[in-house]
Amino acid sequence: MEREDIRKELKVSAIENGTVIDHIPSKNVFQVIKILNLSEYQDQVLIGNNLDSRKMGKKGIVKVSNKFFKSDEINKIALVAPSATLIIIRNFEVVEKKNVEVPDYAENIVKCFNPNCITNNEEIVTKFTVIDKKELKLRCHYCEKITARNNIAFR
Amino acid sequence: MKNRSLISINDFTRAEHIRILELAGAFENNPRQRILQDYVVATLFFEPSTRTRLSFESAATRLGAKVIGFTDSSSSSVQKGESLRDTILTVSNYCDIIVMRHPREGSARFASEVAKVPVINAGDGANQHPTQTLLDMYSIRKTQGSLDNLNIAFVGDLKYGRTVHSLVQALCHYNTTFHFVSPLELKLPSAVKIDIKQRNLVYHQSTDLLEVIPKVDILYMTRIQKERFSDPLDYEKVKNAYILNNQMLDAAKPNLKILHPLPRVNEITTDVDGNPKAYYFTQALNGVFVRQALLASILGVVD
Ligand SMILES: [Zn+2]
Repeated sequence: MEREDIRKELKVSAIENGTVIDHIPSKNVFQVIKILNLSEYQDQVLIGNNLDSRKMGKKGIVKVSNKFFKSDEINKIALVAPSATLIIIRNFEVVEKKNVEVPDYAENIVKCFNPNCITNNEEIVTKFTVIDKKELKLRCHYCEKITARNNIAFR
Repeated sequence: MKNRSLISINDFTRAEHIRILELAGAFENNPRQRILQDYVVATLFFEPSTRTRLSFESAATRLGAKVIGFTDSSSSSVQKGESLRDTILTVSNYCDIIVMRHPREGSARFASEVAKVPVINAGDGANQHPTQTLLDMYSIRKTQGSLDNLNIAFVGDLKYGRTVHSLVQALCHYNTTFHFVSPLELKLPSAVKIDIKQRNLVYHQSTDLLEVIPKVDILYMTRIQKERFSDPLDYEKVKNAYILNNQMLDAAKPNLKILHPLPRVNEITTDVDGNPKAYYFTQALNGVFVRQALLASILGVVD
C-alpha cells in the first residue's frame, strides 16, 4: 500500500484477524453489509464510507473481525460491488488479496426489474441465473426477463 | 412426461415436443376417449380468457375428466386477498392437475413449485403460453408435413406479442428461416433474437408485407394494438400497412398457410377466410388435440 492509502486506511481502525472488503462503491456499502448479514454478526465490524480513493473518487470499506468468508458467500457481493477487493488479515498483516467474482446464481439478493413479476407481488425468494458475467445480465427464474446492470436493484 | 409441469416451452426438449405433436395427431383421429374419467382437472383463471379456457375444458371433457375451477379472480377467494401460494396449496388437494392463467409473469412457475400436482401454464402475463406455441407447431407441421427448414413470416406486433416470442424460440430447433415484418416501433426485441443468433439461423427484417408473401411457407399474422403506440399518429401511419387481403395472396406459394392466434380484429380481411390458405380457425381446433395430448401424457395415461 502507498503511504497516502495507508494514512487513509487508518481512518478506520485496523483489525487483528479477519477480512477487509475494500473499494466498495460508496452508495453500495450498506447493501454489502446486508448481503453478508453483518447486522447479525456478534464480533467487531468497522465501517467507513465516503473515504477518498484515487481509483474511485469516493469509496467504502468494511472490516470484519475474525471472519473469513467462504467464496460463494463473498461472491454475492460482486453483484453490488464488482470493484471490491478482499484483504485477508492475520496478526495485523495482509496475508492475501483477491478480487470478487460474479457468481453463476443469485438467490434472494437481486430484485427483479419487472414490476409485473410475481416475485414483486408475493413473498417469494428471487432466483436468477447469471447469463453474462461481464455485462452483468441476470435471467429471472420466474418471469424469464433479463435484469441488467442499468436496472439492477437489491432486496 | 408423467407428473411434469409445463410452464415454459423450453421445459420440454425437441424430442418431447415432437412426441406431444404425434400424440395430438392420435387424438385428432380419435378425439372422444374416456381415458381421464377418474381424474379431476382444475382450471384456475385469475384473469379471464374464454377461448383458452374453453379449449382446455373441451379437451378435458372429451377425455371424460371432471373439470372444476374459476373463470376470473373476482369470483374466488383471491378477491378476499388470498395469496397465490395459499390458493394453489388448497386447490392442489382437490384435483390431479392444474391449468392456470394469471396476469403476472412467473406466477405459473411459482405455482408449479408450490403445488402437489403438475401445473400447465395457460398464460402468465406477457411471459409464456406454451400450449399456444405447441398448437402453432402442430398446425405448421400438419400443413407443411414437417417443421424443418421452413420459411416463416411473423407479421404485426412483434415487440409485445408473447405468442410470437415463444414460437420463435421453439422454431430455432428446426433450422427455420425467419422473416419479421412489422412497423419499426414494434420490431422483435433483441432478447428474442439471442437464440436465432446463437444457432446461426437466417432472419430478415422488413416493413413490407407484400414483398415477403411470395417467399414464405407460413404467414403468422398478429394484431397491432393502438395502445402500443405512444403517439396515436404513429399508429395511424402504420395501421393499414399490415392488413392482409385476398388479393395480396396471388403471388403466394401453393403450400402457404395463414395462421393467427386469434382473436382477429381487422388484420385479416374476411375475404381471406374462404381461401384454402386460411388456416386460423382449424388452428384453434388443433388446440384441443394438443391439450388432450398434454393432459393425457402429464397424467400418465399415455406414454
Ligand atoms: Zn422476474
